[in-house]
Amino acid sequence: MSAVVSVAQMPAPKAKLVFERYWPLLPAIVFLVLLFVYPVAQLLWLSVLDKDGALSATHYMRLGASPVYLQVLWTTVRIAGWTTLFCLLAGYPLAFLIATSAGRVRQNLVLWVLMPFWTSFLVRTFAWIVLLGRKGLVSDLFSALGYAEPPVQLLYNMTGILIGMVHALMPLAVVTMLSVMENIDTNLPRAAATLGARGGQAFWRVYFPLSMPGVAAAGLLVFITALGFFITPALLGSGRDIMIAQVIIEQVDQLLNWAFAGAVAMLLLLTSLVIFYVYDRLFGLSTLAGQTGGSAVDRRPRGLWALGSLVGRLFIEVMCWLCDRYGEAVDAIRPIDPARPRKPMSRRVLWIIGIATLFFLAAPAFFVIPVSFSTSSFIDWPPHGFTLAWYEKVLSSPQWVGAAIRSFIVGILAAALAMLLSIPAAFVLVRQRIAGRVAMTAFLLSPLIIPRILIAVALFYFYSRVGLVGTSVGLVLGHAVVAMPYVVITIMAVLKNYDMRLDQAAWSLGASKTQTLLQVTLPLIKPGLLAAFLFAFVTSFDELTIALFVSGGLQTTIPKQMWDNAVLQVSPALAAASTLVMFFVTGMILIAVALRRKATT
Amino acid sequence: MHPHLVEAARQKETSRRNHFASVCVGAIADPETITSLDGHSMEKPKSVKLSVRSLRKAYGAIVALGDTSIDLAEGEFLTLLGPSGSGKTTLLMAIAGLGLPDSGEVWIDGKLATYLPPNRRDIGMVFQNYALFPHMTVAENIAFPLRMRKTPEAAISREVARSLEMVQLPHVADRLPRQLSGGQQQRIALARCMVYQPSIILMDEPLGALDKKLRDRMQLEIKRLHTELGVTILYVTHDQEEALVMSDRICLMNEGRIEQIGTPQDLYFRPQTVFAADFLGESNLLRGTLTEVGPTLAVDVPGSGILRAPRPLGTNADFVTGSAVTLMVRPESVRALSPGESAENVVEVDLRDRILVGQVTRLYAHLVGGTEVVATSLTSPSNDKVEPGRRLRLGWSIENTVALFDRSGLR
Repeated sequence: MSAVVSVAQMPAPKAKLVFERYWPLLPAIVFLVLLFVYPVAQLLWLSVLDKDGALSATHYMRLGASPVYLQVLWTTVRIAGWTTLFCLLAGYPLAFLIATSAGRVRQNLVLWVLMPFWTSFLVRTFAWIVLLGRKGLVSDLFSALGYAEPPVQLLYNMTGILIGMVHALMPLAVVTMLSVMENIDTNLPRAAATLGARGGQAFWRVYFPLSMPGVAAAGLLVFITALGFFITPALLGSGRDIMIAQVIIEQVDQLLNWAFAGAVAMLLLLTSLVIFYVYDRLFGLSTLAGQTGGSAVDRRPRGLWALGSLVGRLFIEVMCWLCDRYGEAVDAIRPIDPARPRKPMSRRVLWIIGIATLFFLAAPAFFVIPVSFSTSSFIDWPPHGFTLAWYEKVLSSPQWVGAAIRSFIVGILAAALAMLLSIPAAFVLVRQRIAGRVAMTAFLLSPLIIPRILIAVALFYFYSRVGLVGTSVGLVLGHAVVAMPYVVITIMAVLKNYDMRLDQAAWSLGASKTQTLLQVTLPLIKPGLLAAFLFAFVTSFDELTIALFVSGGLQTTIPKQMWDNAVLQVSPALAAASTLVMFFVTGMILIAVALRRKATT
Repeated sequence: MHPHLVEAARQKETSRRNHFASVCVGAIADPETITSLDGHSMEKPKSVKLSVRSLRKAYGAIVALGDTSIDLAEGEFLTLLGPSGSGKTTLLMAIAGLGLPDSGEVWIDGKLATYLPPNRRDIGMVFQNYALFPHMTVAENIAFPLRMRKTPEAAISREVARSLEMVQLPHVADRLPRQLSGGQQQRIALARCMVYQPSIILMDEPLGALDKKLRDRMQLEIKRLHTELGVTILYVTHDQEEALVMSDRICLMNEGRIEQIGTPQDLYFRPQTVFAADFLGESNLLRGTLTEVGPTLAVDVPGSGILRAPRPLGTNADFVTGSAVTLMVRPESVRALSPGESAENVVEVDLRDRILVGQVTRLYAHLVGGTEVVATSLTSPSNDKVEPGRRLRLGWSIENTVALFDRSGLR
């Protein structure tokens, strides 16, 4: 009897339940569809229409007809490829050092890696102008060593671009590799040692293969991000090494050829997707989520993968052979004495490499500081004299102060909007067992993966039709789109660490769901929420790409003001502004990190 | 202490006499002195496989391991038992070469190995989480140590097959470790470290991650492999039952020192310190003052008068009357006395509680001074005679009493 009743009543509550489970996701999804999916799709749609709005391939034929664009694509892929290679080669030892260090040492190393990641992107690029320029620190070093000039020109060419891009993207590579290395059981290399493996063998045969998913994921993220770069090549490169994003900007900014810009954007997007596809065939996209144990290992050898695995095995054999010969040589010079401890050399070498890499990452930004006090009216090294005039100039300029105020307000609003949309979504994604959870999470994070320049151009076009160009509202909405993934990631991490039994305890003690949320859950995750807010704020505060397009003439923000200054003339005023921004942003980030640490421990 | 623990300890005593011979019992620092009880089963004296001499290790001001010496004979199963932070893992890591000592010596199979890297030590190690290489198949995992030793490939596949047979898992050779159950992974870890026949196998809480039932099965499995292959095993655990069931000898550790080393029976029936008495099994501890030293020791325990204990064996120290002594008696040795009945040691108590646990019934009682005394007896209808809340006399024999002196008071 009761069974019959319950069956009869089933459908209605179930439908209601589904809605109850999903509705917190809705605002975030609707927002992204409206301000991310729709504009991007529209821009791409534009590229297959001719002037009269009929379907046509004219823009793509133009793309194919001129070798210029394929050349640009080739340059872009080449620069991205070299950047990826250097990021992985230099980042791996550093990531390994961090993963195998303990406690405070490790925490500090991580902070040093992330510090440049957070200092304003433009500030870092300017730092390289100071360091690599004709009268920069590096050329001074060379002349001190007796050379008239550095053997190669370091700025305004491919070398400059690569230095700047490797510097910009290496933290991303290190952090991604680290997330996989952290999950490698420390007992495995030790087990290999007790089973008779030398240090080198244990590393190459056990640790290295297990860390490969991290290397692959880092490579993918760095490569995809590098494809969309335009600030670094514009500031550190020459007119010859043009990247694809620069072409898009040129089409939109100077030629107002939206459709063709859409076609070039499509080219960029397709390149990204091809890379994703190849990656998925090789490693599986699930490795991006930081999974170890290599889901790839499961796969039967086939095609590309079999070839890759063969090359990998060969490489490992060669490295093992080299390590063995090296080990034997060391043993011959310094025989092992069972009665005396022998400090392993390799660890010291690793520290030296790691610290050198960290220096490369963290130091440049600090060189901007002395320049900002220089009495010279150009950025050069070493700075002359001491003056506060540049700070005075910046702080008394209505343009700079206005930009600062606007950046601040836009940042607060964008962060608040991103929080409002992300918090309910993150709750659902962490706590509910809903269908398509992985896909939903991927969708909310997708603005991270699509090249930023594409979002910016698409939003510009969209805004131009709804009258949002040059408005603060448009800027806030755009920044909320790119800040949302960071907020979702941070809040999901905090919620995963949250002990659900606390909520259950509150319910059992008589609190309603709302009371529990307000009096137990939210107070407990408050530091985490604040950290997410600060990350979102900094993302917006440091954002240039979208600001460049949608903020219009007078509605300038700090990064845009810095950009305009850099394009017109590079004066120490810029260094002064950079210094101020650097301290402001670093301060915010340190607070956010401290808060997050408090929230997750 | 469950009764089957005591049973396990007793069984061990018997099985040792029958099979394992007392080579493993007692001090074996000098192989020359080792003789077998049933001489005919032994061809030659067993050699010392591991010798640890005055090993020390400190982290800053914290002494993790203070001047420790220990020897293992060939084929012996020795367990390092102790609470966390007692130094057992530090000792194990120093032997494995994974954590270097500050001073002292480690000899493995007659060769000095104190500061040799792990791969030169001829040891095998089984880790708590198995430490199987997740990217290699089971067969590749087992072949790993042989490949490191440059064994010819033909011999490798033969040996791998043989060791898979040995752990009764010949069908999993091509699987990845995570496709196996916890118990199977543990067996593969055992096979991987037995395949190259190291001088000594170190096991770091290898059963810690398994559930109770599987742990019991694996204990027997490890014992079987130990006996069949005659390997020498140094085993680390904090589980006293595991230590009693498996070991030839137990080395009880506390605060970076060896508290007591001996057979499971030694530790259970003849603990030398309060810590040893307390850590293994349940014990009643009665603090008192030594009043008379004769064939037996007489101790004045406040609230219960004079109690007697045998002179501890193996202690040559002078017993000074007036010094503090703790008397230990196991609950299963204590019984409730009926009116008029007498025993060698008798105390008057208030019975607080009587609890039927199953096979046994426990009596919780208090001396006049408040010290708790527990008596355990096999459950029978006659237990009902003693009612909680009444005064009662408890008694036990001198033989079952152990006098424990403070470490500083003697020696």
